[in-house]
Amino acid sequence: MMDWILGHYNYWLVIIIMMAGFYTVISQGNLIKKIAGLNIFQVSVFMLYISVSNVKGGAAPIIESDVSLYSNPLPHVLILTAIVVGVATTSLGLALVVRIKEAYGTIEEDDIHNQDQSL
Amino acid sequence: MIEAHLSLLLVVLPLLAAPVIAILPNGRLPWAVSTLVSFAVFAMACLQLINVSTGNVISYELGGWAPPWGIEYRIDAANALVALIVAAIAAVTLPYALYSVEKEIPQKQLSLFYSAFMLCLTGLLGITQTGDIFNLFVFLEISSLSTYALISLGSKRQALTAAYQYLIMGTIGATFFLIGVGLLYAMTGTLNMLDLAERLPALTEHRTVQTGFAFIMVGFALKLALFPLHLWLPNAYTYAPSVITVFLAATATKVAVYVMLRVMFSVFGFSFIEGSPTDEIFLLLCVAGILLMSFYAIYQQDSKRLLAYSSVAQIGYMMLGLGFGSVLGVTATLVHLFNHALMKGALFMAIGAIIYRIGSSNIDTMAGLGKRMPWTFAAIIIGGLSLIGVPGTAGFISKWYLVLAAMEQQNWLIIGVILIGSLLAVIYVWKLIEALYFKPANETAHANVNEAPLMLLIPTWILVIANIYFGLNTELTVGTAEQAVKLLLPSAY
Amino acid sequence: MKHNLILRVISKFLIPLIFLFALYVQFHGDFGPGGGFQAGVIFSTGIILYALVFGVKTAKQIIPPFVLRSLASFGVLLYAGTGVASLLLGGKYLEYGVLASTQVAGQHLGILLIELGVGISVMSVMLIIFFAFAERGQTEEGS
Repeated sequence: MMDWILGHYNYWLVIIIMMAGFYTVISQGNLIKKIAGLNIFQVSVFMLYISVSNVKGGAAPIIESDVSLYSNPLPHVLILTAIVVGVATTSLGLALVVRIKEAYGTIEEDDIHNQDQSL
Repeated sequence: MIEAHLSLLLVVLPLLAAPVIAILPNGRLPWAVSTLVSFAVFAMACLQLINVSTGNVISYELGGWAPPWGIEYRIDAANALVALIVAAIAAVTLPYALYSVEKEIPQKQLSLFYSAFMLCLTGLLGITQTGDIFNLFVFLEISSLSTYALISLGSKRQALTAAYQYLIMGTIGATFFLIGVGLLYAMTGTLNMLDLAERLPALTEHRTVQTGFAFIMVGFALKLALFPLHLWLPNAYTYAPSVITVFLAATATKVAVYVMLRVMFSVFGFSFIEGSPTDEIFLLLCVAGILLMSFYAIYQQDSKRLLAYSSVAQIGYMMLGLGFGSVLGVTATLVHLFNHALMKGALFMAIGAIIYRIGSSNIDTMAGLGKRMPWTFAAIIIGGLSLIGVPGTAGFISKWYLVLAAMEQQNWLIIGVILIGSLLAVIYVWKLIEALYFKPANETAHANVNEAPLMLLIPTWILVIANIYFGLNTELTVGTAEQAVKLLLPSAY
Repeated sequence: MKHNLILRVISKFLIPLIFLFALYVQFHGDFGPGGGFQAGVIFSTGIILYALVFGVKTAKQIIPPFVLRSLASFGVLLYAGTGVASLLLGGKYLEYGVLASTQVAGQHLGILLIELGVGISVMSVMLIIFFAFAERGQTEEGS
């Protein structure tokens, strides 16, 4: 039983981080904290992909003459793409927050909602 | 030579245009370049549809690498139909955009606006063309990110919060999709949709595959604004610039419905869907969506918001067809996809023309304008009739196929819901028409208002006439849809 | 911040090394961890460090905003253009094998060009984002 729990520790980490990030997005009223939560949520997904790409006893996926077993390089590339997407989303979100601060004077969701029932 | 690379050029041409437009000087040049590109893309989409309407499937290998190791663009009748919708709406919206955008967007942001528009077009077309599920995620994010930026360019400050809300919800949806794809990849080792379809039937009982399916479904339900995950849509449509509302309302959710179709029937297959509770969940959510959202629409004071809630209800109609999972059901979904793009495109364009003249979309503010802007008013009437489903318009065809699909399943409750939905549509369309024609006009404020300029009217009327044309001649819509269903649901034939 | 002697000296020492490291990461992407995106970010970090220590205005004199926008467009066009070039030479889109005389050489050239395009684009976009945020507030950084 313990073997099974400890053997799947990467999935436990993914679940914990995913839920932490998701809860932050839903519960926090501060707009920047929401974006931070979104980032944490996305990091858990990256961990999911990369942890399943590891092959037991495999070397890094760079061709060497005396290595026969490599780890799977495809998820690494997928995650590079996803990280770039995450960075773009974060910067767009933060740019929106800067504009919201200039327009409303606050970045708390409740205050914005009180100002014009829009969020 | 272009023939062989058609399906690729469809995606790459706007992608090449976007950085070029970004460095052009502000003025009319960005608009001109984007309009030319959209016309070229529309021509290519038409050629592509003609190519696949006989039943063959185009497969284009990117980089020369054969699938499943390489990314392939795989186009059959369903893809080609949705690609045609996106390209056609873009080709009609961009001429409309000349005056509308100049009024609503500051001069110094014009080239970046059109650049972002081109990127959005790239993303949406890429989603329709690709046969690789991770490539789909990449294009999904390209289109979503440009959409968030475009929505935030609205004139009111609520556009910023609307864009932010859409950003948060849309990213969560896309990340859910990514999780689902990751779980599927971990189980099958492939990302190519055709290859997945071959490997998944052996793994149907595996919990990981079912969880992956659930994540993908929820992720895309968020993207296509299925009730109750529709919360971003009313704000996004209401506060975006008029051109963006037209483009989004007619394309973004349709492409998401297409992806849902593709994942459900091409990747997972009909037997997997039958064994899952998908159809009951969809039917329940769609019924709730149609009824509740139509009710919400009736009480709205802002015409754009009214039409946004109506859009959510119409998406409920589309997903009803998917929930049935039968040949008639999926045909109805594809036909309604096409027709709703025309309907909402025409309606939002007409509202955009009103905003161009009086600067507001509030129903009370636009009272009595019907007499001063007769052509715009006529467009709203015909678009509204199409929304209700009056025979002779495109809306009737989709409702007809939906009712046929429901009758085949002996589901009288759904037939009742469809009819009640149409009745509710009558109420909110009447609300618009009554305010525009039968209420007394505000003479002092609207003294100088006359008909919208020709550049705004002609695209609106192209869509209105398309509404009537495709309500009478269903060869394109229903024919292509039936062709598509043959490939999506081969087991039913 | 430019009145702080230690920061000035250390940053002037470090910034060229950061650029060098960025170029190393850029061109060793096919043999080790690295590639366009990482290199672009590291390269922009050098300039951001300069902007933090010596002021955003001075940094903008080194790289004017319109140059940045042109570089960003150029990077994307380089990437897409490589694909179109392979289209014109008879292969499929982004089929690098046709770009040079042999398959292997073509692949090498193709990946190099692509990663270069990505690196240039990412660097300029990171700087555009930084400059856009940095000049938004009322206070000036480091002057």
